[in-house]
Amino acid sequence: MNADKRPLSPHLQVYKPQLTSVLSISHRATGVALSVGTMLLVWWLFAAASGPDAFAVVQGFLGSWFGYLVLFGFSYALMYHLCNGIRHLFWDAGLGFELEIVYKSGWATVIASAALTVLTWLVALAAL
Amino acid sequence: MTENSMRTALGRVRGLGSAKEGTHHWWMQRLTAIALVPLVLWFVVSVTGLAGMSHAEALAWIGSPAVAVTLLLLIVATFYHAQLGMQVVIEDYVHDEVVKLASLVAVKFIAIVLSVAAIFAVLKIAFGG
Repeated sequence: MNADKRPLSPHLQVYKPQLTSVLSISHRATGVALSVGTMLLVWWLFAAASGPDAFAVVQGFLGSWFGYLVLFGFSYALMYHLCNGIRHLFWDAGLGFELEIVYKSGWATVIASAALTVLTWLVALAAL
Repeated sequence: MTENSMRTALGRVRGLGSAKEGTHHWWMQRLTAIALVPLVLWFVVSVTGLAGMSHAEALAWIGSPAVAVTLLLLIVATFYHAQLGMQVVIEDYVHDEVVKLASLVAVKFIAIVLSVAAIFAVLKIAFGG
């Protein structure tokens, strides 16, 4: 048999998605998205340092509908990665591995990240 | 560790394994993660309160000493954490050796370029450039 054609261990897609696996891959996905999103922070700081014209361009982008969409995605990804990251830190400390607790902390992550995102936007829109 | 281990006593004591790195990557990812919890919360609370700020307000905020120092800490922790995370993702999912190596080098370089640019911007504003 050709070395390339050998069967491998079961691929991820044979498993039914569960809360735990979906949250796990989402942690990586949001981490990658946030890494790309850091460019927005750098652009904003660099523009502020460059002068009023460059700053107006960033603020114009952030204030557009596309900018809002990017910022909304950024804020949700950040809150999700933050909440689930704290969940990971508890695991690193050896806490919360019982199946029941894993699901409870998982749902807490889903709810807390959504609530924090909504709260962030309420505060930001009120400040505008 | 078995009796007939090929490893030397010194190697066992150092506990760094064949990569000579031990848990350094894992530990730095957790250290930066812990640091980022308060830093990110501070940043989000600050910028949401200042949404739609003018250029003058942005300069005043970024340039105040406490904010400038906290921003610098945020920038360093963020890029250190991001490049460690991106490294793991690349190592796990990119299987072509050439593409993997190129991606790893690119991620490290991009993280350094972006962080230096962000640090320079904060310092320039803070020192009144």
